[in-house]
Amino acid sequence: MMDRRLIREASFDLGGKLWQVSWIYMLLLCALAGVGYVALFSAGGSPEPYATRHVMRFAIGIGIVLAMALIDIRVLAKLSWPAYFVSLALLLVVARYGHVGKGAQRWIEFGGLQVQPSELMKLALVMALASWFHRASWERIGNPLFLIPPVLAVLVPVGLILKQPNLGTAVIVAVVGAAVFFAAGVRWWKFLLVAAPVPFLAPLVFAHMHDYQQARILTFLHPERDPLGAGYNIIQSKIALGSGGMWGQGFLQGTQGHLDFLPEKQTDFIFTMIGEEFGLVGGLAVMGLLGLIVIGGMAIALRCRHQYGRLLALGIAMNFFMYVFVNIAMVMGVIPVGGVPLPLISHGGSAMFTVMIGFGLLMSVHVHRDVVFGQASEGR
Amino acid sequence: MKREVRRTGVFTRRALLLMGGQVAVLGGLAARLYQVQILEGGRYATLAEANRVSQRAVAAPRGRILDRFGTTVAGNKLTWRAVLIAEQARDVDATLDTFGRIVPLEDRERARILRDVRRHRRFIPVLVRDFLGWDEMARIEVNATELPGIMIDVGTTRVYPFGEQLSHVVGYVAPPNEQDVANDPQLALPGIRIGRAGMEKQHDVALRGNAGEVQFEVNAYGRVIRELDRQEGVQGAEVGLTIDTQLQRTVLGHLGNESASAVVLDCTNGEVLAMASTPSFDPSLFNSGVSQAQWVEWTKNRRAPLINKSVAGLYAPGSTFKMAVAIAALEAGALKSTDTIECPGFLDLGDTRFHCWKKYGHGSLNLRGGLKNSCDVFFYETARRTGIDRIAAVAHQFGLGIDLPVDLPGGRPGLIPTREWRIGQGGHWNIGDTVVSGIGQGYIQVTPLQLATYVARVATGRAVQPHLTRNLGGVLQRGARPADWPGLVMPVRDLQMVREGMWAVVNEQGGTAPQARLPDPKVQLAGKTGSSQVRRVSREQREDTNFDSAKLPWEFRPHALFVAFAPYDAPRYAVSVVIEHGNAGAAAAAPVARDIMIDTLGRDPSNRTHPPGAEVAQGPMPAPMPLAMPASMRGPMPPGVSTLGARPGGTPGGIPGGVSGSAANGAGGGVPDGVANGGSRGIQGGAPGAASGLGRPR
Repeated sequence: MMDRRLIREASFDLGGKLWQVSWIYMLLLCALAGVGYVALFSAGGSPEPYATRHVMRFAIGIGIVLAMALIDIRVLAKLSWPAYFVSLALLLVVARYGHVGKGAQRWIEFGGLQVQPSELMKLALVMALASWFHRASWERIGNPLFLIPPVLAVLVPVGLILKQPNLGTAVIVAVVGAAVFFAAGVRWWKFLLVAAPVPFLAPLVFAHMHDYQQARILTFLHPERDPLGAGYNIIQSKIALGSGGMWGQGFLQGTQGHLDFLPEKQTDFIFTMIGEEFGLVGGLAVMGLLGLIVIGGMAIALRCRHQYGRLLALGIAMNFFMYVFVNIAMVMGVIPVGGVPLPLISHGGSAMFTVMIGFGLLMSVHVHRDVVFGQASEGR
Repeated sequence: MKREVRRTGVFTRRALLLMGGQVAVLGGLAARLYQVQILEGGRYATLAEANRVSQRAVAAPRGRILDRFGTTVAGNKLTWRAVLIAEQARDVDATLDTFGRIVPLEDRERARILRDVRRHRRFIPVLVRDFLGWDEMARIEVNATELPGIMIDVGTTRVYPFGEQLSHVVGYVAPPNEQDVANDPQLALPGIRIGRAGMEKQHDVALRGNAGEVQFEVNAYGRVIRELDRQEGVQGAEVGLTIDTQLQRTVLGHLGNESASAVVLDCTNGEVLAMASTPSFDPSLFNSGVSQAQWVEWTKNRRAPLINKSVAGLYAPGSTFKMAVAIAALEAGALKSTDTIECPGFLDLGDTRFHCWKKYGHGSLNLRGGLKNSCDVFFYETARRTGIDRIAAVAHQFGLGIDLPVDLPGGRPGLIPTREWRIGQGGHWNIGDTVVSGIGQGYIQVTPLQLATYVARVATGRAVQPHLTRNLGGVLQRGARPADWPGLVMPVRDLQMVREGMWAVVNEQGGTAPQARLPDPKVQLAGKTGSSQVRRVSREQREDTNFDSAKLPWEFRPHALFVAFAPYDAPRYAVSVVIEHGNAGAAAAAPVARDIMIDTLGRDPSNRTHPPGAEVAQGPMPAPMPLAMPASMRGPMPPGVSTLGARPGGTPGGIPGGVSGSAANGAGGGVPDGVANGGSRGIQGGAPGAASGLGRPR
C-alpha cells in the first residue's frame, strides 16, 4: 500500500499528471460547451455576438482546468482558508462599494474584469469546509463546539449575499455548505435542529426582501397575477417550451425566442430556447449531459482517497448541480425566477470562469486522488 | 486507521445518498419538462401562435356606381402616399430636407411629421404626404437613394368621372370619424371610406364589400417581421343607377348658371333619369377632407351648392298645385266638370280681398279654363268649397308633402297643411289659409322630386315611386316595370280632365305657357306653370302700376316652376323644373322644361338599351349632347307654325311664337298682402328663400 503510493508520487511528472486527467470528463465539458455554442448561435441568430465568444472563453476555461489539474491538491488545501478570507473580504467590499445591477450590489470591477465575489465564495467556502473537516477526526465531528466555526463560515457569507440581495446564490451557497457538512458525517438530527426554525424565519426574510424579490416569489405563486409584468417571463418561457413539443420547432425556428417574446434568452432562459427549438428530446438530452457531469463529479469524490479531495469534489459537484437545478426549475416555473445562469451554456464571462475554476479544482482532486497528506491528516 | 475507514464509509454512504437525491431531482425536472412540452404542449403552442401572428383586416375595393347604361360614375383609382420609417433614415431632418426639395413641405406639416416620429417607435411608418400625384411619386422613386427611410405606399381613392354633374346623386365618401368607428368596429380598417351622402351613403354597406385579411408575423415589440398570408377582400357590389349621365349633362346645360333644380322621371315606373341641382360641388374634395375655407364658402353661399335641391329644397308649388286641388274638388263633389266660376279679379272673404294674378279678372271659367288660364280666383273658390283636409289627402296621394320612400338620403318631406297639423302647431285654421292653399301658397312646401312624382302620377294614374337604384350587385331592383306600381285610388275621368287642362296650358291659344310647346306637333307636352312668392306683395306695390317683381333683389323674387309630361297621349316622361327666384314660371321655367323634354324624348333613355357613345361620356363640363332630333326642330318655334292634332276639348289654332310671359306672371303675384300677413309665414320663414333654411348635408 505504502509502496504503491510512493511509486505513484514518484511518477508525478508533467506527462504523468496529464495522463491522469479524466479526458472523458473533459469531453463531457466540451460537449456541454458545444450545446452552449448551438444555443447561443440561435439566440444571437448568428455566431455573433454570443456563440463565438462563448467558445473562446471556454477554450481559456479548458486551459485553466488543465493548469489547475496539475497543481498539487495539498497546495490547494493549504490555500483553502486564505481563499475563503479573500472572498469574504471581497464580499464586504462589494457590500460597500459594489456596482449596482438590477437593484442589487453584486459585482466589483477589478482591472476591467468584473468579479462577483459571491461566485468566488461558492468555491472558497467548499475549499474551507473541506479543509476543516479533512483534519477532523470522527469523534471531533460529534462535538458541537467543533461545528461552530464552520457553521459561522457558512452563515457569514450567506448573510452578506442575502444582503446584496441575491437570494438564488445565497440559497445555493447554503445548500452546498449543508451538503459538505452532511457528507462529512454530521449527525442527521443536527440538520433538523438548524432546519426547524426556517418556517418561522421565512416570513421575516420575506419582509426584508427587495420589492423585486418579493414580486418574483409572488409571481411564481401566481404567474397570471401580472401577465405583462413580473409574470411575463415565466408565462412566455412556458409557452416557448410548450410550443417545442416532442421534437421542437427546429434550429433557428423558435418563434418565441426569435421574435423576442422570450426574455433574456441568451442568459437565464437559454434552456427554454433549447426546449423550444429541439423539443423534449433536446431538452432531455441536455439534462442528461448535465446529469452526467454532476454524477461524474460525485464519482471523482467517491474515488478519492483523502477526505479533503472527497469533500471538495462533492461540494463542487453539488454546486454545479444546484446551478442546473435552480436554472431549469426556474424556466419551467417550478421555483421563482432567480437570475441563475445555466453553466457552460448561458452567455456570460464571469460565471464561465468561476465554473471552470471549479472544474479545475475537481480535476486536481481527480489527478491527485491517491496522494498522501502529511501527518496532520493522518495522525488524528 | 479504523476511524479513517469509518469516516470513509460514512462519506460513501452519504455521497451515494446525495447522488440518489440529485438523480431524483433531475428526474423530477424531466417529468416537469414532459408535462410542459407534451401534456400541456398543445395549449402553449396555441398561445405561441397567438403571440406571433397578428391579423389585420384590409378594406376591400369599394364597389363601383354605374349609370343606367353602365358608364362609371364612381370608381376607384390608385393613389400614392409617402411614409417615413425613422429607423431606416440615418437622419430624419436631412431626409425631410431632401424630400422638401422634391415635394415642398410646409413648416406646419414638417412639425407634425417630426412630432409623429417622436411619438411612435422608430420602425412605425409615419405619414409624410398623402395623395401624391403620379409625377410626384415618380420623382420620389427616382431619388430613392437620397431619401433613406422614405417609402411609397399604394392605396386607392374614389374618383368621380362626372364630378360636379352628379355629386348630389352619387354623393361622396370620407374617412370615418371616431363616432362611426365606435358604432361599427369594422370601420377601423385603414384606408376605408364611408359614404357620407347620396348613393354612396344609401348603399354604403353593399358598396364596402367584405374586408380582406392579412396575417403578419410580429415580434414582442409589435414590429412586423413578414407577411404570412393575405386574403383579398371581396369588392363591394356594383350599384346601377336609373340615371342617364348624358341626359343629366344635357339637363345641367339647360339650367345654366341658375340656382335651380330639374328632375326627369320615367312616368311609367318612377325611374329617375336625371336629377340636377345647381350650383354643385366637386365630390372628390371630400376624399382627403375639405378645407375650412372651402367649407365656409359652401355653407355661406346662399345658392347652397351642398344641398340637393331636388330632394331637400322646399318650395311653395304655386300654381303647379292646382291640379291636385282640382282633383280633390272633383272627388269631393265640390266641383263638377261643367261648373263655372266667375273671376272678377279678386275674391272677398270677410274683410280680406284675395287677388287674381290678372288684375281685371278672367270672367266665367270652367275647370279646364281655370287650369289653362291658371286663374287664381277659380282655385280660391274651389279650395274654399273643397276644404283643406280633402285637398291634403289628394296631394298626399300624389306624393306631395310626404316623406317619399326614395332611395336617396337627405330628402325632406315638405308639408301639405291640414287642420289637425295647424292645431298641433298651437294655431287654428282660417278659411283664408284654405283659400291660399288653393293656389299652392301659404304653408305648402314641396320638393322638385315630389313635383315630378306628382306629375308622373297625374299622367299615368299609377302610384309610381321615384327611385334611383336600377340594379344592385347585378340584380335588377323592383320597380322597373309599370306593373310594380299600383293604380291611384281616384277616378280616371277626373285625372283625364286635369290632363286636358294641362294640355291646354301649353297647346291651346291663351294658355299660360305656350313657350313650352314642342316643335313636333305629333308629340305634345302637357304642363303647368307656377310662380311662388317668397315674400308678400305689399298693398303699395300692388297699386304701383310700375311694380315688377323681376326688379326686386334676387332673393326676393318669386321662384319659377314648371311641371310637364310628354307625350300627352302616351305619357312616358315627367319633368319638374324649379328655378330659384326665377320670377315667373312661364318665362323662366317653361322654356327650360321644354328643352329638357325635347332632349329627353330625343334620347328616349327608357327605351334605349345600348348607349351609343356612353363610353366616351367622360368630359368634365356640361355640354349639350348631340341630339337625335333634327336641329330645325329645336329652339324657339318659328312664328306661324300651327299645332295640329286637336285634343279633346282643345281648340286647335296657331300660336305666335313671341307670346311671352311678362303678362303670364303665374299665380305668385296674386297673393294678397292680408293673407300673406296672416298665414304664410309658418314654415317658409320668409325672405331669403326656401333653401336658406336647409341644414348641412350631414
